[in-house]
Amino acid sequence: MPKIIESGNGTLLPRVNNIAVSRRKFLGYGAAAAVLAVGVSACDKNDNDEMPSDGVNLGSGDFGILNYAYALEQLEAAFYAKVIASPYGSMPAAEMALLSDIRDHEIAHREFFKNALGSNAIAGLTPDFSKVDFSSRASVLGTAKAFEDLGVSAYNGAGKLITNPAYLVIAGKIVSVEARHAAYIRDLISNGTFASDLDANGLDKSLDPAAVLAIANTFLVTKVTGKNLPTS
Amino acid sequence: MNVKHIINEIEKVDPDVYERLDTRRNAMKQFSGIAGKLALAAVPMALGSMFKKAYGQSGNGLFDILNYALTLEYLEAKFYSMGNAAVAAGSLSVPSEAAKMALINIGAHETAHVNFLKKAITDSGGQAVAEPVFDFTAGGAFADVFTNYALFLAVAQTFEDTGVRAYKGQAAEPALMANNDVLTAALNIHSVEARHASHVRQMRKANGGLVPAGVNVKPWITGKQSGIGTTAVQASYDGEELTTQATINIVNINGMSISADAASEAFDEPLTKAQVLAIVDPFIVG
Repeated sequence: MPKIIESGNGTLLPRVNNIAVSRRKFLGYGAAAAVLAVGVSACDKNDNDEMPSDGVNLGSGDFGILNYAYALEQLEAAFYAKVIASPYGSMPAAEMALLSDIRDHEIAHREFFKNALGSNAIAGLTPDFSKVDFSSRASVLGTAKAFEDLGVSAYNGAGKLITNPAYLVIAGKIVSVEARHAAYIRDLISNGTFASDLDANGLDKSLDPAAVLAIANTFLVTKVTGKNLPTS
Repeated sequence: MNVKHIINEIEKVDPDVYERLDTRRNAMKQFSGIAGKLALAAVPMALGSMFKKAYGQSGNGLFDILNYALTLEYLEAKFYSMGNAAVAAGSLSVPSEAAKMALINIGAHETAHVNFLKKAITDSGGQAVAEPVFDFTAGGAFADVFTNYALFLAVAQTFEDTGVRAYKGQAAEPALMANNDVLTAALNIHSVEARHASHVRQMRKANGGLVPAGVNVKPWITGKQSGIGTTAVQASYDGEELTTQATINIVNINGMSISADAASEAFDEPLTKAQVLAIVDPFIVG
């Protein structure tokens, strides 16, 4: 196991190392020298500042995946902040307490990614919750379930796209908390449904970024695109 | 299937892969020889057996990781199967039909994980470990685990939370990172264990047994609290109290109001294989 992930709070590799890994990946594909030069310069380029018509570009490589996670955490954090700021009628104290916990977890995730990405971070996204009736428990919990299950399958699907072991461990630390949230929300809607959408092997779902973003974008005024994200 | 690509991917995370595989030239020669002669469908098996030779003895190869996961799933599956048999026999009393169904569902998932992992190992040319002999009383420490519902749930919670940490601890192993399909499958099991943990914790909160006074058992892990009134399970929770991730302090991060409790809850922490095996050792007698 690489030293970097030996401790639970290991330092994330600085950007220069990430590029070194990316370059090696390109070499591994045996690309021609000319193609390689283009590829590496694409990796070097901070493409988060472009704002094309298809929305905010999450970027490429591991930073692209971190921005992808950052975008989803922004969405979740904004949602729960609103849930707690304007709770549905007669929200039981126990639900208020645990939904407040979830809000804090999502804010912690969002701010963690913001700081970890530093200058590579995408801008703050504007959510669109017009489809959610925050006065309705069914609407709020149904949306929460959709977000949590989406988050779980997004992280599960992104694992294989991550190059840096330290980032993969961080994603693992977060996804199990999202799964705890998902199970809790599902049980609030209908007790016992905490894991009722598994496949025949007892496995959870994983989704690729394109599928996840198609759903996430329906809750965003600021659309995001993962067109430069790794695909394998 | 591009074998050279796969091996190159492994080389990124394990620079010694070619040494493990003999030498680069011999490995490629050996493999192109095999691949040329076999039907395409047989290639994964040949590849599996080549990797088995390369990693079989090293302790952290793909089959070692899968067999480690299989061992933990055997433990969980057998635990729920014995518990559910005790419920059916009336020797373990559960408070509701919902609780009974939850335990049956979780048990079915763990059995499905056992079967999935066994098949994944054997289909790739590996040898699945046999099911160990378990003692869920842990040598008498949990003597009435199958007659005492609160204790049963406490052990279940510990197994689930430990399982989450165990899978997480393997995620970045080079052999796993090098295999997208197996990594994704492992992640898809990992999140199910977390869903189980969340529900079992809610069952414990509802039951209240073995919950220390003043402790609120939540679906997530606060600090390094087990929420269980014994130190016997503490090793499964030590290290969960981290509030700094990758040198970034999560408490009140960027001026947000994030308590130390919330900061620790927001991130689950991994355990190494050695830590997990020490935790489950009292339950394995042969």
